[in-house]
Amino acid sequence: MDFVLSKEHEMARNLYREFAENEIKPLAQELDDQERFPTETVEKLRKYGFLGIPFPKEYGGQGCDTLAYVMCIEEVAKVCGTTSVVISGHTSLGAAPILKFGTPEQIQKYFVPLAKGEKLGAFALTEPNAGTDASMQQTKAVLEGDHYVLNGSKIFITNAGYADTYIVIAMTDKSKGTKGISAFIVEKDFPGFSVGKKEKKMGIRGSSTCELIFENCIVPKENLLGKEGKGFNLAMNTLDGGRIGIAAQALGLAECAYEETVKYVKERKQFGKPLAKFQNTQFQLADMATKIKAAQMLVYRAAMAKDTQKVYSEEAAMAKLFAAEVAMEVTTKAVQLHGGYGYTREYPVERMMRDAKITEIYEGTSEVQRMVISSHELK
Amino acid sequence: MNIVVCIKQVPNTNEVKLDPVTGTLIREGVPSIINPDDKAGLEAALRLKDELGAHVTVLTMGPPQADAALREALAMGADEAILVTDRAFGGADTLATSTTIAAALKTLPYDLIITGRQAIDGDTAQVGPQIAEHLGIPNISYAEEIKVDGDYVTVKRQYEDRYHIVKAKMPCLITALSELNQPRYMTPGGIFDAYRNAEVKIITRKDIDVDDSAIGLKGSPTRVAQTFTKSLKAAGQLVNLDPQESAEFMLEKLKEKFII
Repeated sequence: MDFVLSKEHEMARNLYREFAENEIKPLAQELDDQERFPTETVEKLRKYGFLGIPFPKEYGGQGCDTLAYVMCIEEVAKVCGTTSVVISGHTSLGAAPILKFGTPEQIQKYFVPLAKGEKLGAFALTEPNAGTDASMQQTKAVLEGDHYVLNGSKIFITNAGYADTYIVIAMTDKSKGTKGISAFIVEKDFPGFSVGKKEKKMGIRGSSTCELIFENCIVPKENLLGKEGKGFNLAMNTLDGGRIGIAAQALGLAECAYEETVKYVKERKQFGKPLAKFQNTQFQLADMATKIKAAQMLVYRAAMAKDTQKVYSEEAAMAKLFAAEVAMEVTTKAVQLHGGYGYTREYPVERMMRDAKITEIYEGTSEVQRMVISSHELK
Repeated sequence: MNIVVCIKQVPNTNEVKLDPVTGTLIREGVPSIINPDDKAGLEAALRLKDELGAHVTVLTMGPPQADAALREALAMGADEAILVTDRAFGGADTLATSTTIAAALKTLPYDLIITGRQAIDGDTAQVGPQIAEHLGIPNISYAEEIKVDGDYVTVKRQYEDRYHIVKAKMPCLITALSELNQPRYMTPGGIFDAYRNAEVKIITRKDIDVDDSAIGLKGSPTRVAQTFTKSLKAAGQLVNLDPQESAEFMLEKLKEKFII
């Protein structure tokens, strides 16, 4: 077992770190304060290929592997949770399923511009009454001649309003249950499609999270993604990949909160000595550092499993479950060790704590991850 | 157009410390980077490539680990990379270095050679102009702007109090300032290509036509007599005054010391 990163991964990390520090970090606080989507950053991400890292070169991607991709999410999340989820929502959810399940025509028309970053992608599964129980899809798609007609709504959709294409999950045959669910590629300008209410959120406040509305939305028949009735499998498979990205986001948030805390406890003095000289601080830091390293191992292992194994859902679920819970624990402790200052916006740890919470919820709650893991363990 | 960019891998001096006893740089654990002036030179070459089309070769003389600097240049968009390396080249001062690099350059096609003005670890600014001298080609130093038109290159050359606009017929050599541009980032795919698909060509002692007495330690007339850390001067005086009073205070001090 080899715990040494290759030279290309090391150099990629240096690149991500430099880019994040110079191009993303200066905006992080502002995006959070103003709940503003980082449009200008998306253009820079496109220019340097950050929106197609794990995809093959022949389809406009960078030709790197999943590990190089999650390291990017990790480094970006270290400076800005919002920007990291723009990348992972686009890459893992908006683009990846088209490459995996799309026809050659769909790949050329929709995937290539996504991999090049010329277009931004999104993925729409969740509905008001279909959250963790995603099988309860109420959005309907009815085939009428050469097109489907979609009716219904989706909620909590990442990149909504800024994405050019949406992968939309809808019920084509309710009588068949999950086998009656299908997936579609919907362009933002399709008639009958609109973006609804924007959510005001606790964290990742610059990320655009909105409702999608389908009112007799016309989707050409050739935009059915995968086979009819296979949409639930497609969605679950897509989420397996997405979870590794979210795990990396959680990891980055934990790492950064930890680094900020180490800096702070060395400077902050109480009772005549720096906080770092108190054993309580030392023990807390030891626990935080150890858990972060363990989370990193799980995240990197899941990334490698995605490239080498046919099925990697358990690895992905374990990575997301553990990294998200570590992120929540570490960021909370970071605020505590910062004391009153940590609770203010003068220091970034409160933002990290707010950003961390969502990693325990989206792309499958921690409870869902436990369901996935135990189902594999009890097989 | 063939452009060769000469780069040097240097310790990131922002993070480097001096050994208080020996006075030498402590290099262990200090990350290595492409010398900033050289990186600007590479960016200038890549912009000429984007604009006019060119084959950009990066060349460095150094130990085997300088490979990383060349891979970084490839990941930024250079077409070819050459490492000039041999034990026989070790211990070279600027003269022996420029002699060796010039001999390596003679084995390559070039219209334009770009080097950085100077390296942040040595600060001599000698190697670039010396290479031009060895090759018998014009040298334009301190470039802040580079334009190519046909066989000619026009350079805005920075002076302390003015600029010179210098035009030269290629082949020629230009030394670049880091103010020349903001170098581009690598791309993730560029990095993977640089390590997985590209090859760094190696030039050793036997590949170049040069006299043994002109290279390495033997070819280096420079002798370092002593290196030392400058001792601290007496403590300064700290005053807390408003801007008007501060200006007056400083003026008084400068007069007192006959500086003005």
